[in-house]
Amino acid sequence: MTMQIDRVGGRTNGTVDFGRSHFIWRRTDLASTRVPVRSVVVCGVLALVAFGVTLISLSTGDFDVSVAEAARALFGTASSQVELVVTQWRLPRVLLALVLGGALGVSGAIFQSITRNPLGSPDIIGFNVGAYTGAIAVIMLLRGNYLQIAGGALAGGLLTAFAVYLLAFKKGVQGFRLIIVGIAVSALLGSVNTWMLIKADLMWAMSAAVWGAGSLNETSWTQFYPVLALTLLLVALALALATRMQLLEMGDDAARSLGVRAEPARVSLVVVGVALTAVATAAAGPIAFVSLAAPQLVRRLTKGAGIELLPSAFMGMVLLVASDLIAQRAFAPAQLPVGVVTVSLGGIYLVWLLAREARRRK
Amino acid sequence: MSLGRQDVKTVEAFEVTKGAASKPEIEPRLRADGITVGYDQRIISKDLDVSIPAGSFTVIVGPNACGKSTLLRALSRLLAPSSGQVVLDGKLISSYPAKEVSRRLGLLPQTSIAPDGIRVADLVARGRYPHQKLFQHWSRRDEAAVIRAMEATATTEISHRLVDELSGGQSQRVWVAMVLAQETPLILLDEPTTFLDVAHQMEILELFRTLNKDGDRTLVAVLHDLNQASRYASHMIAMQDGQIVAQGPPKTVITAELVEDVFNLPCLIIDDPVTGTPLVIPRVSRT
Repeated sequence: MTMQIDRVGGRTNGTVDFGRSHFIWRRTDLASTRVPVRSVVVCGVLALVAFGVTLISLSTGDFDVSVAEAARALFGTASSQVELVVTQWRLPRVLLALVLGGALGVSGAIFQSITRNPLGSPDIIGFNVGAYTGAIAVIMLLRGNYLQIAGGALAGGLLTAFAVYLLAFKKGVQGFRLIIVGIAVSALLGSVNTWMLIKADLMWAMSAAVWGAGSLNETSWTQFYPVLALTLLLVALALALATRMQLLEMGDDAARSLGVRAEPARVSLVVVGVALTAVATAAAGPIAFVSLAAPQLVRRLTKGAGIELLPSAFMGMVLLVASDLIAQRAFAPAQLPVGVVTVSLGGIYLVWLLAREARRRK
Repeated sequence: MSLGRQDVKTVEAFEVTKGAASKPEIEPRLRADGITVGYDQRIISKDLDVSIPAGSFTVIVGPNACGKSTLLRALSRLLAPSSGQVVLDGKLISSYPAKEVSRRLGLLPQTSIAPDGIRVADLVARGRYPHQKLFQHWSRRDEAAVIRAMEATATTEISHRLVDELSGGQSQRVWVAMVLAQETPLILLDEPTTFLDVAHQMEILELFRTLNKDGDRTLVAVLHDLNQASRYASHMIAMQDGQIVAQGPPKTVITAELVEDVFNLPCLIIDDPVTGTPLVIPRVSRT
């Protein structure tokens, strides 16, 4: 059994010129794969950046720790006091930011691929607003605890996604219709949310508003592990569907003639994409912008074809962990909810995106 | 599965008519038995019987909205008939796993979308999907098939370029290359010459002819130009209002009566001075 990694690029005899370098790996006749070098490098660089921001985040806070000390604490060679601060207080929050960022990045990639539109991300098509509706309802009506609110958000988000999908369904789902219906439904639910907040007691309205801002404050280890397990499972499912997703980007007829069962594949993708956003929203409240921006920023870096899942996951990690760092530091000692930071960044990004799309369509 | 030209002729000799009493000796690779197809409640074709002779270059002609593309979609299982059945290599097409059909039958749809930023070789390589397995995404066979497909379509030289930046003729050749990379014995082409200028139309039809003659592939194409159809088809199917009105070799199908009747175009049929196939010369009805 030989393992061979060769780098193919340029015009070599007998090999295909893909216009960019690929890692080609073949192990006997059973397994083989071809990955663009550039995508691998982008993933690697993004992982390094995420790690760097993680270290800075771990060293930041009321209790001053140097970056080097934070790194030592991770490997268990720092003083017990530093270790307590870094691994018990700060690490769960930063890791949660990484995991949720990855989940949101993949979810955004899935929806943008299905809708073939950079605007087709779950935060634009009503998921976040629906989750917020569910959370407010639980807070107002049941005076629910953390888990119940998460459940309410999950139910609200899933119901909204389901409703949008059904309303947009007409012999299969077309991307643009999904976006338009999603925007309409989220506008509708947005006014429902406002109405509920106005009607509510001040105290409950406050706690609902805090949830609605999307925050990673006060994350603990007990919260982290279930989220990690779910996210890993869902990302694995998404990766298993990745090739079918890419083929669907060529249109249903082309994908089906290549042997993809288009509608089942799309429904599976929608379910995985919705579930990923649902996990993130249930854990931290609605966080905008990450799903919207990650896949598009990745496209600019990898210059690859269509939407890429794994690089989008890494980009999502970087975006959320960096946004959370800004949220902690910008007005320190006051702690902003990370959702406020991402919404502000997202607003700027959205204006730029719309302007560019409008110019391109002309 | 290759058939000699002699056998092909035998199949052609059998005119498959509605409710054919005489069964061809050689099983056609693809046939539709009494299919009714349409969209929603609108029926396009009722009780349609079609068979595609093995080894033929079958061309479907007919006026706009006569059901040509619908028939092609039904034959390629993109559209499920509401009654009747489509039989591929002796078995119901619906009984095959999706990928298995795609290893036997390739389709060039009327419209496909090239994903943003995709390069030629990447797009062609996607045609290998039906042959790929869970952990096998780029075998030596895949690579060889992509190289052959690009050579056949003369796209090797542009393999590194972005599909978005190609001319209409080039990008159509790239889509054909993707279907060729699928390495199917049967290829269905839905209006492959639309949007091409006349030189590129001939170029791509020549390519199909080569594939049919040298590559032992059975081709089915929907074409608009009757003269081109007559030139390249070995078997022709003429449709009108969802029904088949004539089929057989171009010489027997393309007659002045049929063209006037089906296309509402008074004309004169002469022999094509280059190929000897029927050539339609429209008459101008000016009084």
